[in-house]
Amino acid sequence: MAILTRRDFVKAAGAAATLPVLGSRAFAQEKVKVGFIFLGPIGDYGWTWAHNKGREAVNTALGDKVETIYTENVPEDSTAVGSIRDLANAGCKIIFTTSYGYMDQTIQVASEFPDVKFEHCTGFKRADNVSTYNSKFHEGRAVLGTISGMMSKSGTLGYLGSFKVPEVVLGVNSYALSAQKKNPNAKVKLVMIDSWFDPPKEAAATETLVNLGCDVVTTHTDSPAALQILEQKGLYGFGQGADMSSFAPNAHLTAIEDIWGPYYVERVKALLDGTWKSGDTWDGFKEGTVVISPYNKAIPADVVAAADEIQAGYKAGTYNIFTGPIYDQDGNLKVKDGEVISDADLAVMDWFVKGVESAS
Amino acid sequence: MNFDVIASIMTIVGLSTPILLAGLGELVVEKSGVLNLGVEGMMLLGAIGGFAGGVMTGNPWLAVIAAAAAGAFGALLFGLFTLSLNSNQVATGLALTIFGTGLSSLLGLSFTGRIVMPFGSIFPPVIAKHPFFQVFFGYSPIVYFALIMVVAVAWFLNRTRGGLILRAVGENDLSAHSIGYSVIGVRYAALAFGGAMAGIAGAYFSLVITPMWAERMTAGRGWIALAVVVFAGWKAGRLLIGAYLFGILMWLELFAKAGGFTDFLPAAQAIPSQFWAAMPFLMTVVVLAIISSRETGGGNAPACLGKPFLPSN
Repeated sequence: MAILTRRDFVKAAGAAATLPVLGSRAFAQEKVKVGFIFLGPIGDYGWTWAHNKGREAVNTALGDKVETIYTENVPEDSTAVGSIRDLANAGCKIIFTTSYGYMDQTIQVASEFPDVKFEHCTGFKRADNVSTYNSKFHEGRAVLGTISGMMSKSGTLGYLGSFKVPEVVLGVNSYALSAQKKNPNAKVKLVMIDSWFDPPKEAAATETLVNLGCDVVTTHTDSPAALQILEQKGLYGFGQGADMSSFAPNAHLTAIEDIWGPYYVERVKALLDGTWKSGDTWDGFKEGTVVISPYNKAIPADVVAAADEIQAGYKAGTYNIFTGPIYDQDGNLKVKDGEVISDADLAVMDWFVKGVESAS
Repeated sequence: MNFDVIASIMTIVGLSTPILLAGLGELVVEKSGVLNLGVEGMMLLGAIGGFAGGVMTGNPWLAVIAAAAAGAFGALLFGLFTLSLNSNQVATGLALTIFGTGLSSLLGLSFTGRIVMPFGSIFPPVIAKHPFFQVFFGYSPIVYFALIMVVAVAWFLNRTRGGLILRAVGENDLSAHSIGYSVIGVRYAALAFGGAMAGIAGAYFSLVITPMWAERMTAGRGWIALAVVVFAGWKAGRLLIGAYLFGILMWLELFAKAGGFTDFLPAAQAIPSQFWAAMPFLMTVVVLAIISSRETGGGNAPACLGKPFLPSN
């Protein structure tokens, strides 16, 4: 009797592995494939979770015509090229790459697949088949800064950033400017942890900021870790990308929620209709891409009123936090009184405003 | 100094403890001659195992036991391939890392968004939260467990017969085998211990630091634990120093980034924070170079580290 050798086992396993593929091909022909490249896990309850909700919205609205597939935890380096290519090779007709660090990789793969449409989130490089889209998170930061400026007792506000990219810089500046409007002496201590998602490092960085006198900490990183630390210490913070109040019912004042669904559905529809064109979309409060979560009951009424005023101003198009006079960290006047920084300049902003202390 | 020294010390302890736990486990495993690179995978299995245990039973002690079991499961699976089927230890260890990461993510899907009570200090709040005494009594039981295990592991390896057998198996497996000791049995036991410790280290993330589950929440600490075993020259006492030194360096990186030096030591603020971040790895490489260049032939690395056990009989 022949003994099952390692070789036989590997052969049989290899043969068995092909069976599912044969079965699925029969169904896959009719639906258009929509691909998503995600930076983190969909379970991060933050950035990627919100993008995944957008993907689910596409399924709900257009599930009879499209099929969505996604790849999680794609690093922002050369391996992303392979991941994007895999989706294109799997038959996706439109691919959403949901982080700044996929910019060059998206352009590269797009040149290899001229018939496939690409949508790059928070970047600025486009091509005939590459669009960019972004959300005006900084409008939301103006609300958070207003609340922080009014509620912080120490006047030192902590900010957990990831990398010095325009998206993060805008958020810090908007936050600082709006806090200073309520407390002219407010300072923002900024720590860049060189990662979008690193719960233990986010927790340690939050502790460090608190040790140095911050009593409100905002994050631009993707996990609720900071909020948990703030809850333990009886301080305040905000959710990032999603309502994180379940993690910190007392510390969570409110959150900026990213609502990608309507944009995704609109773009997939355009693809199906044949009307898809490359462009840049940068929506905010007015279009519903930025939403503020329900306020924590601990926020006093006058603070709520101030926060609501900012939201209303943005929705009506009458308010813009980046209105001069604005000074940089060295005290130079960068924006004159009454002048507004253009969207094009915002998209590549690389300097911080006065009051931001950043050693990283 | 306008920063909170007590709180800073507590942050450092929090950063060092998981590295110490996983490092102790891996030290015992490597002393028995097995190189298990799957520490990150076992830690993640422990993190989800502990978190799931905490959510389902509400009892943090049972949660820690569940975490240890989950880590040990990963280690024993590794043992099956490397000890019983003689597969390459390095490749299998890396496979365990990938497997542990993936399986923990899969199991964690139904636990996203859940929280548990943090497994905090069991001392009465009057000393656990006291502004000064909390630096001694404010920690989770896992912290004290880690410190006790340093003593226990050192004592076991150097003062007991069992430890002697384990070290013999790691230094010269064929001789140990010819005397009659079960090399494979000892190595399985060491692996189980290493997996349990790595599992508890992982649970420290999901039950103490940030009481939630997030995929890949150990964020590469398993690799730092592997480095600290080398840095410590495979000695438990030096491992304690190494783990806390690495913890201090990680804290320094964040402290520097937050501008903490500016007010009392401006010269230090000029050092880029990336220097502190790189230090643990730089120091490990330096120590490894020093150990390897010593004339007594390679220092303290167990002679059979990474080699499969292939008795001629």
